[in-house]
Amino acid sequence: MIAEAGLAALWLAAALAFLQLSLVYFGLTDKGDLLAAVRPVAVVQGLLTALSFLLLVTLFLRSDMSVALVATNSHSAKPWLYKFAGTWGNHEGSMLLWVMVMGIAGAAVALFERALRRDTHMATLGAQALISLGFYAFLLFSSNPFARINPAPADGQGLNPLLQDPGLAFHPPTLYLGYVGLSVAFSFAVGALMTRNVDATFARAMRPWVLAAWILLTLGITAGSYWAYYELGWGGWWFWDPVENASLMPWLAATALLHSVTVLATRDALRAWTIMLAVVAFSMSMVGTFLVRSGILTSVHAFAVDPERGTFILGLLALYIGGALALFGLRIGTVREGAQFELVSRETMLVVNNLLLSVILGLVLIGTLYPLMTEAFGHKVSVGPPYFDRIAGPIALALVIAMAAGPLTRWRKDQARAVARRLLLPAVVLLLALSLVSVLAWGRIGVLPFLGLVISAGVAVGSLAPLWKRNLRRTPLFTFGMVVAHLGCAVSLAGMAADSAFTVEKLVAARPGDTIQTAGWTLRFDDIRPIAGDNWTALQGDMTVSRGGGAAVDIHPQARFFTTPPTNTTEAALLTRWDGQLYVVLGQETEDGRWQVRIWWKPFVTLIWLGGIMIAFGGALSLIGRERRGWLQKLRRREAVA
Amino acid sequence: MSRWAIWLPLGLFLAFFALFASGLLKPDDRLITSKMIGKPIPQFALPAAASDRPPLSNADLATGKPRLLNIFASWCVPCAAESPQLMALKQAGAEIDAVAIRDARPDVDRFLKRWGNPYTRIGLDARSSLQIAMGSSGVPETFVIDGKGTIVHQHIGDIREEDVPLLLQKLAEAGQ
Repeated sequence: MIAEAGLAALWLAAALAFLQLSLVYFGLTDKGDLLAAVRPVAVVQGLLTALSFLLLVTLFLRSDMSVALVATNSHSAKPWLYKFAGTWGNHEGSMLLWVMVMGIAGAAVALFERALRRDTHMATLGAQALISLGFYAFLLFSSNPFARINPAPADGQGLNPLLQDPGLAFHPPTLYLGYVGLSVAFSFAVGALMTRNVDATFARAMRPWVLAAWILLTLGITAGSYWAYYELGWGGWWFWDPVENASLMPWLAATALLHSVTVLATRDALRAWTIMLAVVAFSMSMVGTFLVRSGILTSVHAFAVDPERGTFILGLLALYIGGALALFGLRIGTVREGAQFELVSRETMLVVNNLLLSVILGLVLIGTLYPLMTEAFGHKVSVGPPYFDRIAGPIALALVIAMAAGPLTRWRKDQARAVARRLLLPAVVLLLALSLVSVLAWGRIGVLPFLGLVISAGVAVGSLAPLWKRNLRRTPLFTFGMVVAHLGCAVSLAGMAADSAFTVEKLVAARPGDTIQTAGWTLRFDDIRPIAGDNWTALQGDMTVSRGGGAAVDIHPQARFFTTPPTNTTEAALLTRWDGQLYVVLGQETEDGRWQVRIWWKPFVTLIWLGGIMIAFGGALSLIGRERRGWLQKLRRREAVA
Repeated sequence: MSRWAIWLPLGLFLAFFALFASGLLKPDDRLITSKMIGKPIPQFALPAAASDRPPLSNADLATGKPRLLNIFASWCVPCAAESPQLMALKQAGAEIDAVAIRDARPDVDRFLKRWGNPYTRIGLDARSSLQIAMGSSGVPETFVIDGKGTIVHQHIGDIREEDVPLLLQKLAEAGQ
């Protein structure tokens, strides 16, 4: 009964989405009282999707093997956390999660959005309903998560063991929340185009949604990167895999959108460009979903290859993005250009930021799709990290420099000489870093890591500069947010540069009893023995590591074997110290009874993810700061009226 | 903004759309193929996986006669699905050996009793070490091996009826 109830809730929600769209359509043209019903309908629709999803979670937790999705993706012997996470560790469940997040976001837009003009608000909810309808159709006609199988198998097939990790259990929902936040921004843009209402008020209404989506995307990417780093056992933190790029591209677009929506909200400039970016950002999350779900690109993330589903998503993609771009073409001419600004101004810096981000986005998109393009002409090629590093690296460095200069420039009009004066301190730090890194590492490290180290030092100071000589207690929270986020970029950059410049790698074949020396560390290989976990068995290496005169620490890298489905995974042993991480992987047994042991010493690699967290935290500070200020203003106005 | 620039994004999108559509409509040939094709089979000696079939080692695969090596498991549903095709291949004169992955002898016996036994020899690969050495990524998979023990073809996934002629043809080519 639970499965049937879940399916019924989903159908009902789909019907309400259709009703919502119709109410908006006729309500906007007809001026009747139809629009009054839109908000409650949106709320009920959101609740129904949540109910449907909770029922699917229940089926997974109860290991109901008569449901095909549970039988193929779960196993009764699994720890409950992975039964829970198994709900979205597959195609159907993750699409239902997507629909639920969208439904809840739609309900939130209906309930809490007060800043928008009423007709734009309604048009936004209509657009949101239209997008949801496509996904409902996708679920109900091509990916029903509640389908039963008869006869029910005795037990399930299990979840891909690579996904059986707490990090990955929560990484997809975070990204999905981000993607769906971008769908709200997209609906805002469509609503604004429909009602010809693109101005600063509109931008202030859209900004929190963009900001929230961007924070979640940042966290999702950071978590995904760390997961890939410790779970895949290759010691790298970014592989330019199509699936990784699928989350990076919306993030790049959302970052550009975040900055241009601020220009629109503050200065009423960049109207058309902001609308365009809102469309592009959501397009990128759809394109990413399509690439991941259709299987037209091969990736380390093995998702179901299914052309029928790919075709369905492609159809949705054409409908939404093509439709929005056509609407853009038809309507944007009637949106009047916003305020003008001088060449030397914060606006110009933000345009530069937008252009650089767009160029990186374009290059990543081309690199990701290039294999597909050449395949259309009969060649098979793969585009690897060298392309992306070489091509995106220099532009990213330029972007980071612009990032330091932007906040030190005034809105509308500034003096080039004054800007240069404010940039003096960061420039001095940059030069100091340049000479320091030159003395220490000239000729021993690559050009990009070299520049990365130098620039990150200058940019760190530049990011803090907006707080210089300010009364910190009266500085608004969102300014702190910006400072923390920009500083986070410098921290991440320093981590990436340090990792690629100074990593020491050693591969040895060792027997228990052997001692290995590398990068100042001493590793003693004590023993190797089998151990058993909840639903896996492993060979575990018992090793002791020490550095200098420090105390010895036990580490235990494992090679794990999962039986359902049969897979081998690597559990690297990570030892985190203030100045970096020791990363030890147990490899295969060689023919003479020795074991491959791979050891990396990665100086300051943790800064990469610390920076990511700082960026997201900065975003959160801005969001809270802006929301609180709006709320306080409203309160004050109410008091003044009273 | 000029009229031309306004429609540029839509134009770009349509180009991408055409690319995606062509990528989707093309026949699927993106299977992951083993790096082992054209190379001799790795050295191994596996214990017997079934009570009425002998064990399997690499020497058994280099007897001068081309053969199929089927990688399967008793817990694998597609493996049961492909059993009629394996029987048909056997009927057509193919010599088929097998490796059972992460299995137990009673389970394999039960599986073969239920779905038929087309195999000459069956080795038990309890830790999938041979599977990994063969460059195989899942079950079922089937390799065509020539008389000298060289891997000449890899079939990923279950064998469907329409795949049988190709496998027979590859076997015949390997025998020349």
